[in-house]
Amino acid sequence: MKVVQRLMMVLAVVWLAGCSSTGGSKDGVAVEDRVDSGMDAGAADATTSGVDGYGDLTIESLSDPNSPLAQRVIYFAFDSSEVAEQDRPLVEAHAAFLAANPTVKVNVEGHTDERGSREYNIGLGDRRAQAIRRMLEFQGVAPNQITVVSYGEEKPAVEGHDESAWSMNRRVELVYVGH
Amino acid sequence: MKKIAFSLFYLFVCLPWQARAALTIEITQGLDGAVPVAVVPFGAGAGSYAPPEDVSAIIAADLARSGRFAPVPVQNLIGRPVEISQVRFQDWRTLGVENLVIGKVEPFGSGQYRVQFRLFDVYRGRQITGYSLPAPAAGLRYIAHRISDIIYEALTGEPGAFATRIAYVISENVKGKKTYQLQLADSDGYNPRTLLSSVQPLMSPAWSPDGAKLAYVSFEKRRAGVFMQDIASGKREELSAFAGINGAPSWSPDGRSLAVTLSRDGNPEIYSMRLDDRSLKRLTNGPAIDTEPVWSPDGRSIVFTSDRGGSPQLYRMPAQGGRAERITFEGSYNASADFSPDGKTLAMVHGENGKYRIATQDLQSGLLRVLSDGSLDESPSFAPNGSMIIYATEANRRGVLAAVSSDGRFRQRFSLQQGNVREPVWSPFEKHD
Repeated sequence: MKVVQRLMMVLAVVWLAGCSSTGGSKDGVAVEDRVDSGMDAGAADATTSGVDGYGDLTIESLSDPNSPLAQRVIYFAFDSSEVAEQDRPLVEAHAAFLAANPTVKVNVEGHTDERGSREYNIGLGDRRAQAIRRMLEFQGVAPNQITVVSYGEEKPAVEGHDESAWSMNRRVELVYVGH
Repeated sequence: MKKIAFSLFYLFVCLPWQARAALTIEITQGLDGAVPVAVVPFGAGAGSYAPPEDVSAIIAADLARSGRFAPVPVQNLIGRPVEISQVRFQDWRTLGVENLVIGKVEPFGSGQYRVQFRLFDVYRGRQITGYSLPAPAAGLRYIAHRISDIIYEALTGEPGAFATRIAYVISENVKGKKTYQLQLADSDGYNPRTLLSSVQPLMSPAWSPDGAKLAYVSFEKRRAGVFMQDIASGKREELSAFAGINGAPSWSPDGRSLAVTLSRDGNPEIYSMRLDDRSLKRLTNGPAIDTEPVWSPDGRSIVFTSDRGGSPQLYRMPAQGGRAERITFEGSYNASADFSPDGKTLAMVHGENGKYRIATQDLQSGLLRVLSDGSLDESPSFAPNGSMIIYATEANRRGVLAAVSSDGRFRQRFSLQQGNVREPVWSPFEKHD
């Protein structure tokens, strides 16, 4: 019995370490439950009705490079948090998937290019991430599925000091927790 | 429980490396009006072993770094007096130096030294000041900086800021993995110490007014948190862990409150947090980005960055919140303010025509002056005596630090051997005695 308990604690700890945005569970058993009712259960029964012709998006779509869900980065213009018209269907596909899979959680990470002050850029990255969060929620995603984090200019996708790097760094990344 | 272990895993405090420079300083723009001064190599006591630090060389380097003085190269010195009886003022007059520094470093008990120095006015032929200061071997560099402060103040009438420190952030790729370090070094780049090391971004270090603590932002939990760390003990606590932004910490001059930016209510707003009970008071309210608060030295007002007028500009409001007035009007981008210690001038990041440079603005006249010449300059921080502004810039595609005199006439660069260094913040004066 003791061995089983200990094993479960170890599993919980390993899972927590891989998934550090989930916090607060003091009890290994509770964390185990979350794993069960979370990703595994979701994989068994998650299907969505297609939105805008995307077809069915299941949990497997997350690892399908041909799925619209494989595209998880939305780019922005300089000092702007406006989602471009051509990116809206992409955000809507993620929204439809998340709305149909309420146990799946997503981190919405806002980023900027390196120009200007670092803390203002944290504000700008937050504003970009909030714009995506609002779109997701408007499409029926529950607020508790979404965590917004702004990294400002601290985590560039591309190192470099010109527009070709900057345009790749002004972005929001959708990071599925545990995927 | 796991979280604490995880944090501790990334937190380690290194012992200071004796006399090792993390940042090498290079003077990039000299000053025509620098006053020639002779710093004679200090003598050692009779029959004693050589002290572990070259005290007079440290003093000469400090004086050169200030931009106000031009120490005579050692090989050009016409004599090596150690005692006052060996000084012949007429010889030094012919060399054209106005001031002369002599001294000695003598052993004093076990592992202790006594440093004696005298500063002379060569033309009047008399001593301006002189002290005898005790120091442990490990404190000789610090005593040298203290002596530089005394000399600087005696000759300029303003306090020196050599016996101070700078905190900064380093990012480096270690085996393909990005690492971040919060470091602290003497104002000449020596004695670097790592206060915190993480694989997630660290940013926005801010000194407590007594110089004993640093507040900063860490993403070690994959979200932003504002932390406060005691420098001597390494003990730290998380002050702010709300959803969204926890950023831009700035201490009130009395050390009792921290202004921070939080977006817990859906938008970046400025709050002041009392450190005794952690109570929060919201100071701004609106759909704009309001961030980067800094307190005026008298504690009455807070200057911050806001894009409420369309582009990021600096605004000032009462420290309790209330109506804010815009104070910058030149250029499309003004952000990241720092007050001069006398409260009369603001340093800022000033963006115009795609270039981001360090500028100062006189608060009374509104006169703006661009001081740096990079294109991605940021994070200006005044020395505690107001003489210099340290900031982050780029050289050879790497992040380096630079300092410019507040009149813009003198510049120097601090470079690391590897990695990027940024977000310098100059400490307050050390508390003496």
